This record gives sequence, structure tokens and C-alpha cells, in this order.
Amino acid sequence: MKAYKVVVAAVLGGLASLATAHAKLNVVCTTPDLGALAREIGGPLVEVRSIGRPNENPHFVEAKPSYIVALNRADVLIEVGLELEIGWLPALLDQTRNAKIRKGSPGRLNAGTVIQPLEVPAAAVDRSMGDVHASGNPHYMMDPERAKIVAQAITDRFAKVDVANAGAYADNLKKLLARIEAAEAEAKKLLEPYRGAKIVTYHKSLSYLADRYGLNVVNTVEPKPGIPPSPSHIAALIDQMKADKVKAVLIEPWYDRSVPELLAEKTGAKVVIVPLLVGGEPETQDYPSLVKLVAKRVAQTLGGGP
Amino acid sequence: MNKRTALALLATLALAGPWQARAEELTEEQIQQIIEKAKPYIEAEVQRRVKEELEKQKATERVAAPAPTPTPVAEPKPWTPSQPIPLFRAGPAYMNISFDSLINFGWSTEPEGLLNLGGHDPAQRGFSLSNEEIVFEGAVDPYFKGVADIVMSLDEDGETAVELEEVYILTTSLPWSLQLKGGQFFTEFGRHNAQHPHQWAFVDQPLVLNRLFGPDGMRNPGARLSWLAPTPWFTEALLTVFNGQGETAFSFRNEESIEIHGGEPVERGLRGPQDLVFVPRLATSFELGETQSILLGASAAFGPNNSGRHACTQIYGGDFYWKWRPENAEAGFPFVSWQTEGIFRRYEADDRMTPDDPPGSAVPLPDENLHDWGIYSQLLWGFHRGWVAGMRGEFVSGDDGKFESDLRVDRTRLSPNLTFYPSEFSKLRLQYNYDHLQQWGDEHSVWLQLEFLLGAHAAHKF
Repeated sequence: MKAYKVVVAAVLGGLASLATAHAKLNVVCTTPDLGALAREIGGPLVEVRSIGRPNENPHFVEAKPSYIVALNRADVLIEVGLELEIGWLPALLDQTRNAKIRKGSPGRLNAGTVIQPLEVPAAAVDRSMGDVHASGNPHYMMDPERAKIVAQAITDRFAKVDVANAGAYADNLKKLLARIEAAEAEAKKLLEPYRGAKIVTYHKSLSYLADRYGLNVVNTVEPKPGIPPSPSHIAALIDQMKADKVKAVLIEPWYDRSVPELLAEKTGAKVVIVPLLVGGEPETQDYPSLVKLVAKRVAQTLGGGP
Repeated sequence: MNKRTALALLATLALAGPWQARAEELTEEQIQQIIEKAKPYIEAEVQRRVKEELEKQKATERVAAPAPTPTPVAEPKPWTPSQPIPLFRAGPAYMNISFDSLINFGWSTEPEGLLNLGGHDPAQRGFSLSNEEIVFEGAVDPYFKGVADIVMSLDEDGETAVELEEVYILTTSLPWSLQLKGGQFFTEFGRHNAQHPHQWAFVDQPLVLNRLFGPDGMRNPGARLSWLAPTPWFTEALLTVFNGQGETAFSFRNEESIEIHGGEPVERGLRGPQDLVFVPRLATSFELGETQSILLGASAAFGPNNSGRHACTQIYGGDFYWKWRPENAEAGFPFVSWQTEGIFRRYEADDRMTPDDPPGSAVPLPDENLHDWGIYSQLLWGFHRGWVAGMRGEFVSGDDGKFESDLRVDRTRLSPNLTFYPSEFSKLRLQYNYDHLQQWGDEHSVWLQLEFLLGAHAAHKF
């Protein structure tokens, strides 16, 4: 009889702790950079989980069952959109059975719909062109201006889902925007001397960065988006980099470094690893520090530094 | 000078601040000179504005035109008959349509194509098209998702066979983490049965599935209820109920069940709910650190068979899947995965008569329980972007009954293979099968398989 009571007490206690845990807004983001914004806007009022990890290519996240569990309990799902997650998010959502985050629900924010995308194909695309995103380039979080728009959209959505705390979210947003602006100003100052500098990137994931700071991406290591470099493309790229005097090859942390290093060796350019997502390196614990670190690293390389 | 040009001129003069400031001191001749100088700018401005105006008009004409983007919008070219007609694009479509093709080429020491018994396995020597699949899928409304999967294949005589492989509706917003599926679908028993041929890691079906679920897998008209348990880790409980009749309910009320028990099948309809097949399954998954995941499952299937009026079949299975992939994987590579599945069947065979062919040859077979089981284990190593080396080992066996069947003798198969994925939408696979059959001895086969995938095909689950 005593044992029975203990069990009941334990179960009730467990349920009670579950209930208090649910008092927080449960937010799931598809990438760590969206997660970083959501965490700052929500503060202690939200519990944020990012599905993709900081050094994981967000195109190729594994649709692990544990993510189904996270999505099943989410109050809000924030996705990058523009088909970035097309290879894995639909498979998870099919099994999620959570009406709160269904398309069209207030709990579902597709951040790709609130910004102006770059590189929207003018004509119909097909797969012979590689992995071209029909709605535009989805790597917009590399641009602090667009990140500010996304932060605003996240705040609006939090306010809609959790009306009682709308004021707190708005206050947090104000602070976050100020920090992003400061980081952007610093980044601009660092990169201003290199306006128009010619660079090569691995994938098209740095187009927004180049656009914001006036860098000139003359080519990519991939011949077409998502297609690994072929020997003929590498040969042509070496000639082009020599002719254009390209000083930096910017690559994402998840790509094979052998080709960029070969390019560097043949042309005298330097390889810069650009952390695309918050948390990828110790110095990038939040979004403003990511903006600063990326700018610092690119500026150093273009300036001939180590 | 029309109104637009005048506006443009004013705008240009307004922009030309420095000239304006000195305007009072200038003679008429000088003004004339300035106007002459400004002319190319004015003309350029006019052209720009006219173009802008035209583009604006075009944009409003297009229904629900997207907001203008920094990328210039290309002039739509007039359609010509030689152009492909784009029916569906990923964005605004209501339905995803895809076509997936498996083209095989190969050779086997066994000439009749009797080694590979799966309905979509490469079996015949030379070329074959074993699985040409059209999939339609999409959201039906806010409550349902619909999927239809039609498979065509060419038999050795060049005849096209068409089968309705899967057609089902799936709920998306039932409360209490429940999900209902209804229609015909691959039963969620174990891991391999629910997968389509193009998801397989090998060109052919594992032998144990072949023997216990038949050439086309276990898929029968029915319904499935699934519940996601509120545990901190993934736990899913499923119950499928289906009719259990026909070739796709191989171990149940199957017209061809003579292969299993040797007797003439009896007529056995659905008398009540007790004659349906029930398939419970429990699956759980957890992670070992950031890079490894494990999925474990236990399944069973219970239902009547047609060896006699009261005979039943019980099938039990366990499955295990482990995968390692580092965080900074490039396009999903490298990875290592290990999948193992074992299935056991107890088939109650009633008192029955062998077929009366030729007449007078029928003999009685006694009431007996036929036991069959098998296991396969496959290891995949994605060693470089786009490249996967695989190894599968299999063993199937069965207890000797009064009826001896080719589907019950011991058989061992070893299948090393190598797959190259040029992209996510195509693959080339080379596989060698070493087969050892109790009745025939050693056999060897080599198969080459090419896959291409067109259209928007839904992502696959873990």
C-alpha cells in the first residue's frame, strides 16, 4: 500500500513538473542562427531547440526520430524556407501530428517569406542546373539587415502566440536590434577598405554577405550549386583566379577542404573558413558575434593577414 | 516633349544641383550648352522610366506577382511547340508528382531467374525494368495528406504490368498525438517492408521478407493507428488492421498458399473482425551523443490463413538500425549504418489434401505447425561524397514439416555492393550475390542498377 502511494506521488510529481515546463513557449528552429535570434527575443519566456547543428550543412540534416518528438511538442516552428529544408523537414512534419505548427497556423513561421531573397531565377529552373532554389537563395541570414527583419517577424509571431508577454518580447527585440546594428557597423568598417574585392566562395551560401559588404564573388568552387567540383572546372577556376587576382576562397565548415587548398596553393589566395551558423566556433555564441567574427576573418585575409 | 520627358528633365535638373546654383549668372547660350550636355542623361532617364513603367504594368498583369527582387526579371519568351510545358513547379503546386525508374542489367548462373523472388528485383539475365514508379502526393486539406503510388514493370515477354502499390490518406491533426492512415499501404512491420525499392540499399529484397511476406511485400487494404508516446525519447506504438487476402497478404488468406503448406487452399472469407489481420508494432529511438542514432522495433502479425477453416498464422519480428554521421558531413557523407532484422513465422497448417492433379493423386497432409525464420544484416559505409560500399549477409531456414517446400530449405546469401550517387536524383549500383542453396548448391549473380528520379519526390523518413 505504501509503495503504491509512493508511485502515485512520483507520477503526480512528474506530471506537475511537465506542466510547469510547458509554461514556457516551446520553440523549435530549423537552424542555430534562427535559434539564436529566437532565444534572445524570447529570453527566459521561451525554450528554444535548434534542429540543425552549428557545423551541419542545413541542406542535409538527418531526419532523426528525436526531432519528431521535439516538433510534436513545439508551440512555434521557425524555418528558413526557400526550400532549404526540403530534403528533411517534410519527412519529419508528416510524423509530427501537431496542429499548432501546421502551415498557415500562427505557430509556423517561414522566415523566407518576410525577406527579399537574392538570386531568384528569372526563368524556369531544372535540375541540370544543379540544386537551384526556385524561390531564391536561402542563405539570407548572412546579411544582418535581413536578420533584423527576421527578428521582427519572430517577435510578431511570439506576440501573437503568447499575447500576455508581447511587451517583454518587444523590449528584448529592441535590445537585440541595437546589438545587431552595432555589430553590422563594426563589420562594415572592417570590410569597407575591401569594397569590390574579388573573392571565390565554395557554395552560393555567401551571396548575401558579399552583397551587403560589396564583395565581388567572381566564381564558386562548385561548378553548379550542390555539384562537386570537376577537374576541368578547377583548372578554369585557377586561371580565372590568377587573372582576377582573387585573394580569398571563402568556404563553409562542412565542405571538403582539399580543392580550396589546391586553389590556394596554385594561385596564392588564402582559404577562409566562414562559420555560417551561430555556435559553430567558440567566438560565435550569438548572432551579433557571428557577424563580427565573419567580417574580421574576411577582412584579415583580404588585408593579407594570417 | 511629352509629360514624361518633361518630368525627367525636371528630375535631372533637380539632381544637377551645382548647375542650378549658378543658373542666375548664366547667359542664354551657356544654358543652351548645359542643356546640350544634359541631353544624353535626360534621354537615359526617360528610357529608364519608360522601362520601369512597362515593367510595373507587366507585374500587375501577372496574377499574385511576387514582390520585385533585386534579380532582373527575364522577358517571358513566347511559347513554341518545341518547348517543354512546365506543368508543376515546386513552389505553387498543389500536388507533388514524381517518377522513379530502376533499370537493371545483369547475369546469373541460374538461367530461369529463380534466385531473386522479389517482385521488383532484377532476376532475368540481360536488361530489365523492374520498378517504374509514379508517385502523387500532397496535402488534401488542413486535415489530410494523400499519397498514391503506381508501379509499372516490364516482364520478360515485354508485357507491362501495372499495380496500385500504395494509395492512402494520412491524418495530420488528430489530437493526443494520434495519426490514422487508411487505404492500401506497405504494412509497418519491421524496417524493410515499409520501404520502396528505390530506397533499398541493395538491388533486391532480403530473402526472409521474400519468404514470409511474398514477392510484393506485405501491403493490403486496411487502416493503421499510430500514437507518439509522451516520453522524452521517440516511442511510437502502431496498430495496423488489414483484410489479409491475396498475394500481398502472403502468409494469410492467400490463393497461392500452396507454396507454403502444399495443400489445396480452402475458401475462407471475412466472417467477422476476428478474420482480419492485426499488426502491432512498437518502435523507439534514441541518440548516443551528437553523431549516433539508434532505432529499435518489435513487430508482430496475427491473422487467419487458408490452409483450413480454423488455421492461423503468427509472425514476429525484431529490427535494429544504427547510424553514425559526423556533424560536418558533406552532403550526408561520410556515414556508417548497420541494419539488422530477424523474422519468425509460425504457420498453423490444418488437415489438408495435396492438389488432385493428375486425378487420383491427392494425398492427405496432417495438421502441423510450420516454422520458418530468417535474418539479414547489412552494413553500409558512405566513405566519400556520393560513394557507398555495402555488405549484406542473410540466412533463411525452416523446420522440416510433412510438406517440404523450396521456400523452407536453408539458404545463405552474401551480397557486397558499391553505389555511386552522381546527385540525390540518380544512382548507379553494382552488386554481386553469392548464393548457397541447400537444393542447388552455389550460384552467382552480378547486377548493375541505374536509377533516375524526376519531379518532386517526398523526403524519406529515418
